[in-house]
Amino acid sequence: MSTPAKEFSLAELMICAGAEAFRHDGEVLATGIGLIPRLAASLAMKTFNPDLMMTDSEAFVLSEPNPVGNRPDDFVQKNETWMGFSRIFDNVWSRKRHAMVGPTQIDQYGQANISTLGGSYEQPKVQMLGVRGFPGNSISHANSFFVPSHNKRVFVGGECDMVASIGYNPARLPKGYSLNDVDIRFVVTDLCIMDWQGPDHQLRLVSLHPGVSVKDVQENTGFDVFIPEQIAETAAPTEEQLNIIQQLDPHNLRARQLKDNPPGRR
Amino acid sequence: MDKRMTTADMVGELRDGMTIGIGGWGPRRKPMALVREILRSDLKDLTIVAYGGADVGMLCAAGKVKKVVFAFVSLDFIPLEPYFRQARQKGEIEVMEIDEGMMLLGLRAAAWGCPFIPTQIGLGTDVIKVNSDLKVIGSPYDEKEWVAMPALKLDVSLLHVDRADERGVCQIKGADHYMDDWFARAAEKTFVTCDELVDSDYFADPEQSRYVFWERSMTTGVSLMPGGAHPSSCTPLYGFDVAHFKEYNASAKEGGFAVYFDKYISNTTEEEYQQKVGGLEAIRSLPMPVY
Repeated sequence: MSTPAKEFSLAELMICAGAEAFRHDGEVLATGIGLIPRLAASLAMKTFNPDLMMTDSEAFVLSEPNPVGNRPDDFVQKNETWMGFSRIFDNVWSRKRHAMVGPTQIDQYGQANISTLGGSYEQPKVQMLGVRGFPGNSISHANSFFVPSHNKRVFVGGECDMVASIGYNPARLPKGYSLNDVDIRFVVTDLCIMDWQGPDHQLRLVSLHPGVSVKDVQENTGFDVFIPEQIAETAAPTEEQLNIIQQLDPHNLRARQLKDNPPGRR
Repeated sequence: MDKRMTTADMVGELRDGMTIGIGGWGPRRKPMALVREILRSDLKDLTIVAYGGADVGMLCAAGKVKKVVFAFVSLDFIPLEPYFRQARQKGEIEVMEIDEGMMLLGLRAAAWGCPFIPTQIGLGTDVIKVNSDLKVIGSPYDEKEWVAMPALKLDVSLLHVDRADERGVCQIKGADHYMDDWFARAAEKTFVTCDELVDSDYFADPEQSRYVFWERSMTTGVSLMPGGAHPSSCTPLYGFDVAHFKEYNASAKEGGFAVYFDKYISNTTEEEYQQKVGGLEAIRSLPMPVY
């Protein structure tokens, strides 16, 4: 399982890096929102964490991840149990879940936003989805973030325009809680991997994608990132991983997720 | 007991200012024939509670809405509902924006006769800041604070199901019945449209009755309305109409809702509407979505 691939796309690098977020999760419901996070969770389940559970993105828990996109007429998915939306919440509130989500804004506290941008709350400049399940997810179980374009519009200074998920903000900490009750794991971007294990849960650089510098990361983040002395290069996908990704994404939808489908080595 | 009604009769029971729950989820199994009937009416000042899709967008665009209680409004494959966005960005509507699970708790509280259900959800977020009527309370059992999610009492719920009998036994065969059971239980009255009307004997088969998710006592009226969820889906009978949703979405940038309304809804019966979108056969052959 360890022949490094000579060529790979940035999307494939991010899928493999994202899979690492689920490596030590054991038996939890892994939910990747969006194609790359879903493939990341699927890859983890197909390789180093077969105990993961996933849904068909509709109403069933699967014992094997579905390939993405149109499937052949004779395809039979490996159902395990029904999990309609109301039961998803039973799972969420039981804490046995790790979601990888794609916020529009993330601030220095790990608070995230998919609701509104700018203007006033009564009349926002931009209305997006609404808070969806962010408030419940963020206080109930582990969450990781996926950011396809690492820039200061996503990683904002100050606080998010609408704080949809709880983060490591002491000023907002609910009575009876400690910051350690919040569980934000990895941040996978097109530049690097980060986590929230810097001093006082500061955002910390973990690894740089090939050809990316510390300066690139700091210049594209609207607040200070903790830079440790040792920074690894994000591991290249292995040939074996690329083969499994190909099976999970036979129509190569991953090639359309990042603008111009850049190579993994810049 | 015969609970059959027309959709016009159902909308005739609605009043200005009512709080109306709408079942389904985003572009899935929405009671769109009933929504179109409301759009043709002079109803106004409605408070809509929904896992929102085009139902919410259309009602906002037509000026029917005073307030939306929501966690999201989305067409799924078109992430942002165009007319809900416009209404928000013009500051035209009040909102109560809550987590998806909080909405479920609010419906359950209403169904169970509780004033509220305590939850962690919303703590540490702006949900408890922007909703001034959402209270944070102490626990009698520990030192933690909790959000008291208030009951979302509904005057009326509007639902679409696969099939029903004339007594109001309702069946949903799709993979998920979403929160329709809780919408039915949280409401004073529940009006249901169905794709098929069946004899009560149909449910004698346990393979059929196990897909009934609320008791007929929760159903006030039923109306046979084949294809009545269009352009949303009613799986396994039909998928959602991607082309129609694209046209609807594009109309927001080309002429606005009036263009869409005049073309498909204004002075149009449901039968005529279906002819305009290709007929019931075409609706029934819309492919199932792949997720």
